[in-house]
Amino acid sequence: MSNKSESNLNLISVGQIKPARLDLEAVRQKLASARGPKYWRTLEELADQEAFGELLEREFPRQASEWVDPVSRRGFLKLAGASLALAGLAGCTKQPMEQILPYVRQPEDLIPGKPIYYATAMPFAGYAHPLLVETHEFRPTKVEGNPNHEACLGSSDLFSQASILDMYDPDRAVGITYKGEGRPWAEFLGQIRGIVQYHKANRGGGLRFLTGATSSPTLGSQMKAIQQIFPDSKWHRWEPVHRDSVRAGSKMAFGGSYDPIYKFDAADVVVSLDGDFLSGSWFPGFVRYARDFMSRRKDPAKGMNRLYVAESAPSTTGAKADHKIVARQVEIDKIARALAAKVGVAGVVAERLDAEHQKWVDVVAADLMAHKGKCVVVPGVFQSAAVNAVAQAINAALGNVGQTVTYIDAVEIDPVDNTQSIRELATDIAAGKVETLIMMGDVNPVYNAPVDSGLLPFGDFEVEVDDPKEAGKKKKETRQGLLSKVKTIIQLSIYKNETTDYVTWHVPETHYLEAWSDGRAYDGTATIMQPMISPLYDGKSAHEIAAIFTDQPGTSGYDLVRTYWRSQHSGDDFEGWWRRSVHDGYVADSAFPARQVSAKLTGLPPAAEANGLEIIFRPDPTIYDGSFINNGWLQETPKPLSRTTWDNVALISPAMADRMGLLGMELGDVAQSDLKKNVNKDHQSDALNRLTITVNGRTVEVPAWAQPGQPDNSITLFFGYGRKKAGRVGLETDTAHPRGYDAYSVRAAASYGAVGQVADTGKTWDVAVTQGHFSMDSREPVKAATLAEFTKKPRFAHEESEPADKETLYPDYREKDWYKQNAWGMAIDLNSCIGCQACSVACYAENNISVVGKEQVQRGREMMWIRIDSYYEGDPANPSVYFQPVNCMQCENAPCEPVCPVGATVHSTEGLNDMVYNRCVGTRYCSNNCPYKVRRFNFLLFADYETPSLKLGRNPDVTVRSRGVMEKCTYCVQRINAGRINAEKKTGPNGEAVRIQDGDIKTACEQACPTQAIVFGDINDPNSRVAKLKAQDRNYALLAELNTRPRTTYIAAVSNPNPELEKAEKA
Amino acid sequence: MALNDQVDQLPPKGIRPPIIGPGQTLGTATDRIAGIVLTKHTPIFWFAVVAVSVGIFGILNTAIAYLLGRGTGIWGINIPVGWGFAIVNFVWWIGIGHAGTLISAILLLFKQSWRTSINRFAEAMTIFAVMQAGLFPLVHTGRPWLAAYWLFPIPNTMGVWPQFRSPLIWDVFAVSTYFTVSFLFWGIGLIPDFATLRDSAKTLVVRRIYGMLAMGWRGSARHWNRYETAYMLLAGLATPLVLSVHSVVSLDFASSIVPGWHTTFFPPYFVAGAIFSGFAMVLILAIPFRALYGMQDYITLRHLQNCAKVMLATGMIVAYAYVLEMFMGWYSNDRYELAMVHNRLHGPYSGYYFMLVLCNIIIPQSLWFNKVRSSPLALFLVACVVQCGMWLERFVIVVMSLQRDFLPSSWGMYWFTKWDIATLLGTMGFFTLLFFLFIRFMPAISIFEIRTLLPQSKVKE
Repeated sequence: MSNKSESNLNLISVGQIKPARLDLEAVRQKLASARGPKYWRTLEELADQEAFGELLEREFPRQASEWVDPVSRRGFLKLAGASLALAGLAGCTKQPMEQILPYVRQPEDLIPGKPIYYATAMPFAGYAHPLLVETHEFRPTKVEGNPNHEACLGSSDLFSQASILDMYDPDRAVGITYKGEGRPWAEFLGQIRGIVQYHKANRGGGLRFLTGATSSPTLGSQMKAIQQIFPDSKWHRWEPVHRDSVRAGSKMAFGGSYDPIYKFDAADVVVSLDGDFLSGSWFPGFVRYARDFMSRRKDPAKGMNRLYVAESAPSTTGAKADHKIVARQVEIDKIARALAAKVGVAGVVAERLDAEHQKWVDVVAADLMAHKGKCVVVPGVFQSAAVNAVAQAINAALGNVGQTVTYIDAVEIDPVDNTQSIRELATDIAAGKVETLIMMGDVNPVYNAPVDSGLLPFGDFEVEVDDPKEAGKKKKETRQGLLSKVKTIIQLSIYKNETTDYVTWHVPETHYLEAWSDGRAYDGTATIMQPMISPLYDGKSAHEIAAIFTDQPGTSGYDLVRTYWRSQHSGDDFEGWWRRSVHDGYVADSAFPARQVSAKLTGLPPAAEANGLEIIFRPDPTIYDGSFINNGWLQETPKPLSRTTWDNVALISPAMADRMGLLGMELGDVAQSDLKKNVNKDHQSDALNRLTITVNGRTVEVPAWAQPGQPDNSITLFFGYGRKKAGRVGLETDTAHPRGYDAYSVRAAASYGAVGQVADTGKTWDVAVTQGHFSMDSREPVKAATLAEFTKKPRFAHEESEPADKETLYPDYREKDWYKQNAWGMAIDLNSCIGCQACSVACYAENNISVVGKEQVQRGREMMWIRIDSYYEGDPANPSVYFQPVNCMQCENAPCEPVCPVGATVHSTEGLNDMVYNRCVGTRYCSNNCPYKVRRFNFLLFADYETPSLKLGRNPDVTVRSRGVMEKCTYCVQRINAGRINAEKKTGPNGEAVRIQDGDIKTACEQACPTQAIVFGDINDPNSRVAKLKAQDRNYALLAELNTRPRTTYIAAVSNPNPELEKAEKA
Repeated sequence: MALNDQVDQLPPKGIRPPIIGPGQTLGTATDRIAGIVLTKHTPIFWFAVVAVSVGIFGILNTAIAYLLGRGTGIWGINIPVGWGFAIVNFVWWIGIGHAGTLISAILLLFKQSWRTSINRFAEAMTIFAVMQAGLFPLVHTGRPWLAAYWLFPIPNTMGVWPQFRSPLIWDVFAVSTYFTVSFLFWGIGLIPDFATLRDSAKTLVVRRIYGMLAMGWRGSARHWNRYETAYMLLAGLATPLVLSVHSVVSLDFASSIVPGWHTTFFPPYFVAGAIFSGFAMVLILAIPFRALYGMQDYITLRHLQNCAKVMLATGMIVAYAYVLEMFMGWYSNDRYELAMVHNRLHGPYSGYYFMLVLCNIIIPQSLWFNKVRSSPLALFLVACVVQCGMWLERFVIVVMSLQRDFLPSSWGMYWFTKWDIATLLGTMGFFTLLFFLFIRFMPAISIFEIRTLLPQSKVKE
């Protein structure tokens, strides 16, 4: 079809639509005058009336048609022909000749069909995340937190949940290559031998190692040994999301490089200075901290802690704050100093603040003083060293040290300043001092090294030079980067990345589930990591590569790790100790002891002044520093605050967007680009303005996302996207262009903030959004109150009339004794939910959920079984944010059940709303009739039936759904069944049947949740955790008025604002 | 054949046009109608229309082949809008399929003799429309190869039955019954005319074919006696079906909990709408047919005017339903119903809603005027507008209600794709193809019933 005919579909001509504009002042007034909570989702709807109307209209004209994928005419005819020709032949297929081999000796402990769990840990940014891995017939299928490990107590985060997909990734590097050509391991060893001998002769001159941060004691000892053999060699470290300022701050405050360990369960008052300890694992100890912090907010009747946040980029930590102020990144420094001066820290000068910030500081300081020893100030890892120093000095001044915060030696081996280390390497290469460079682990300097002025980039680059042929014209020339100057580069990495183009030797690295290693958690507890499976792609671990340089080539990782620990073990019975440590997943009593520190601020630089437009850098909430770019689960997991997927966006404040005229969008380009691309990008697809960000003369184009809560005159950029070399997930489908933008390309000096300029390009960027539509008006799916309101009216969540218990036309299953054995239910504590989405990713892993891709998300077809809705309340400059995880409610009066024509969704005797996949014909009526819209449909063949490696990773207890089938959350029915079987096998002391114990069955989301916001169990058992939660006054059902009687209920949120500050805010 | 040998002449004011043109005899009537079938000179336009509609039918086949190959994801549907064009089209076509049986059965029972000229092709229209309609519920499922028989109560060793509480199962029974009865009714009515064609056929092959179709009809008094009994019985059977089919279809929506669907007055509202669109379709087919084949003597202005009057009446019922829908939404004071009303008027698809009001309420008011009712061209245009309006009505009901239901976090948009359009267009082509084949090979006007209208057949008692 021609473009012309498609444009006929646009019923409203694009020219008629004016960009909607937002009058922020009016919005504020409107909100001020509104009574009761009024929720909103997008800024445009806040403006209401015309702007909102026009926004609605704006979505209207983009009405192109689609070819779901551009099948060529040829391809289509082939398909049509083949389906006709083969229609009757399915039965005649000749089966390929295959040989099967039974176990000659049955492996010990293996019972086919029964999973075995092994403890290990996942290295993440230098720390080990303790895990328990479920394996089926020696294939790891699911990771959980190690329940016996203090660092997580069984919870986990989304990165560890998703890491298992990386292991099975078919796009991982396969086989050793020499300049791109395959070579056997023996040849590699032989070649490297020569290099090793050469460097032995010159004492390691020109020999350099580059790794990320590591806490592996074995690797540490290996590097030390290398240092002894090659005294002139150097070990550089580069971690793009580094924590240099934490240690630099510690040096300033205590004179030593210490890691702080917080004890949030002991703190009544928590003050965060950009300290996003509730946001993600880049904050060491996040999983444990989130749990500790929320343990003080579970029962408001027994009192709650209070969280004050001053933040420079909207975060989920700020979302949970009782009081939050929004300030630019450099202003946090001043706020910290003002606070320090107020609580009496010596050597800090209070800076002048604006009235709002000053009021906040005054109140917070008073609250801190009132809770000496029971409060804690948490500086952010992305904040300056000064903020870190000042915050720790406050903690010391308030007597918190030893109470709510302790300090231990740095967990990282031989911590260095990353910024300096990479700069040193760059300078040395430029000076020709580097002959051999060995890169191990996920280091990718060509992509993510800082672009310092005066230093060449690591990769080759283009420059514009005057064209000699034509005066006045520029032409592009490629210049060699740093890596082209190094003679031999050996890279050990899981994926081939941007750096791989420049390396001599590339060795595929083992995934952490494939190799022996070790590491330390944030508190120093060591874990010996054991492999679950032999390397899928002939990978080698960093230990095995390092061993080549310590004259142990060919030594296995197992021997290296074991030898190290044998040298550490002083007692006898090493074998027993080793077995115990490996089995438990941690080395007993290996946590670092707390150091006695005394605070004395030295070398505190003067507070920085805020000027110009601030550009701040943050790791992406789901892709982190870019290492998860090829992970479909994480790509499809929406960013917690913007609900965008598959792209990184640049956050700008609504006021600034308004000033730049960005809130109303230019439509002409979108409609046209739709036609050009022949793809419909309308549904759940937002056309964002494309901005140019310039920092120090380097520019990057970004999609602008007006984010409520983003400080004014500040733009947040996220790392991790813009990868030029990645697998099929990390690049745009079809075009193989990078996804998103590359924030590293404008990041100088490895800093988290810079001053820059912004300009509107007038072009747009289509982003896939899973939520983003419109006003909540009076519906209040999230019910919330302050502690005072809750005390006055404990049943505030039940203000509306609710249907009587037995108000139904349908037979009451309860009267038929249906639910007499077990009745499963779930309670979700909205107070505790921090929107981290570990539950969503855990659900992907547990239930074999398909990834659909950006185009399908834009159509509204994402398959997530448990989603987290985010809602905003209040002033867009500084709103309150609520998270609400929504999975299948397992309604007792389920609207989906009676409408299915084939009975594919039916009620179980335990109250589950069962989905019978192989009976489903796909009418989608159930989804239409579901008021919670938790059902997901396989509109196309979303499941990957082809890729062999992905087949290994699936949960064998859960059906892989084909196309045309509806699917949804089942409360992990496979786990319920396993739990029931386990219980049935047991008998009581007198031979009687044993009931399933509370907590025996945990759904995947519950198990992953760091804050234990999700509780699943038997509501028939009055002593179960879920029954107790449901008995609370705050317990309410979502859309209770529909009389669906959902089994999933919510515990309404209660905040604990400081009455003094609340008064000031109201005034 | 000259197209314009007969020109509609407006009778003097106050006098209704005749049911049958002047100067017709038993012979001329038989020859004219049978001539369309038995002629050796098939008109060029017939070939043109059939060629075009075969092409469009090809698009339909392509669209469905691709659909079966890739899945329903080639359409624009998503979560929350799980039903889109397919269900809109289904309801639309089923509605169109209402007029035929209504004309044949109900008007027969009411002894409305004017129905005679149009009942045959109206019945054909019904059958062809139900064929189009029946396609959609099947192919819109995710796995049509299973839906094709799992929705029927076929005994099986697993003891698994359809779920009879689901309105979709009621649909299966309602639509298949309606189709069966309509088909029988139409087939029985054709028997005497097949005999006429057999008797007038000039070649052996033609005679044999129509002979077989005529099933040995000899026109004896006994034949006629049995024929009349069977015909009346089927008319009695078909009459409640006319009302039930669309009522059942409406229950697909009414029995759900979606705001905008969950409404008690849907059954009468849907039936009125169906008759509205059905008569519009009769006009859309009759007006070109009488012009192309010069049938103005048999399908006179009187028929067109009567159709217009039925449209006017049912259109008013439909208009009342629209008003009621909005009123009840407001009167309920239910936040979701109020939001539904608000979404109709101000939502992203409000343009569709206002187009619907224009097409189904405002423009049909022109039918109050005799001038409009007496102008075939005007009637044709109004009927086309109504047809668009009725399609929009279903779009508004299906898509606009689903698009924004209870939780705002799940609200979404629906945009149709090329394949949605291709399927809708394709069924139109298929329908046209079937209809023109019918005109060419079967008597489009009931010959023996026309004879009863002629003055010659009036028997003085």
